[in-house]
Amino acid sequence: MKVRVFVGLKPGVLDPAGEAVKGGLHHLGYPDVASVRCGKFFDLDVADGPDAEARVAKMADQLLANPVIESFRVEVLP
Amino acid sequence: MNVGVVTFPGSNCDADFRRAIDRVEGLRAVALWHKDTDLSGVDAVVLPGGFSYGDYLRCGAIARFSPMMQSVARFAAQGRPVLGVCNGFQILCEAHLLPGVLMQNRDLSFLCKDVTILVERTDTPWTRGLANKLVLPIAHGDGNWQADDETVKRIEGDGQVVFRYQSNPNGARNDVAGLCNAARNVVGLMPHPERAVDPLLGGTDGLGFLTSLVEVLA
Repeated sequence: MKVRVFVGLKPGVLDPAGEAVKGGLHHLGYPDVASVRCGKFFDLDVADGPDAEARVAKMADQLLANPVIESFRVEVLP
Repeated sequence: MNVGVVTFPGSNCDADFRRAIDRVEGLRAVALWHKDTDLSGVDAVVLPGGFSYGDYLRCGAIARFSPMMQSVARFAAQGRPVLGVCNGFQILCEAHLLPGVLMQNRDLSFLCKDVTILVERTDTPWTRGLANKLVLPIAHGDGNWQADDETVKRIEGDGQVVFRYQSNPNGARNDVAGLCNAARNVVGLMPHPERAVDPLLGGTDGLGFLTSLVEVLA
């Protein structure tokens, strides 16, 4: 099964890259952009099973995200 | 006394560090390889700077799982001296041997210059006898130390901040340039002591880290 893990900075954690992108959008003529947060996603192909989603969440917690500053969301892809 | 310097794929300050160690009377550098688990009986371990595993995922995130790091974690848990510099500091944070995380510099730029740091603790094996202020070079894109409020409060209360920038170059919380663990045997910092061991190259403020070790291990 295919699973997608979204990883992003927790609210309140300064995102220097997001701030830079926001500045770029302002320069491009979109002054209404109030905030940009950058993140990333991982597409995993894992063995089917009732615990697959929980296992992927554990992988995200152990490696894909750093829980000190990041949170994650697991989504099963069709 | 033997000091191990771990080489990961992408480490680039390992040779400099071994040379710095060998300049100090009483110390001998031992090269350690990331795939090995044997610490070769060293008395202290250094994780050098560089770009281990290409900084993939997050700086230091992959190096943490290398076989050698499992041995280093056990060594640290025994209270033996461990020092992480730059990428080594990032690895120690990812491995949870030190608190917090090193994020991208506030202004997004790679910083390569001398900085002045204030020494707040001289009761670690790496900082005994250091002056109050040191001038050391930094060279990093991800040196912006961050942690949640609770962690910051805890480590400030516990006195785990070892070094602070006199003038904050990267946005690090509370001007943190380097930290130690609660037991004080594990120290990490962004500036490079191994690049300041020869007056010809701009200063010798980095030598104190190693002479401190000689005193502690004697």
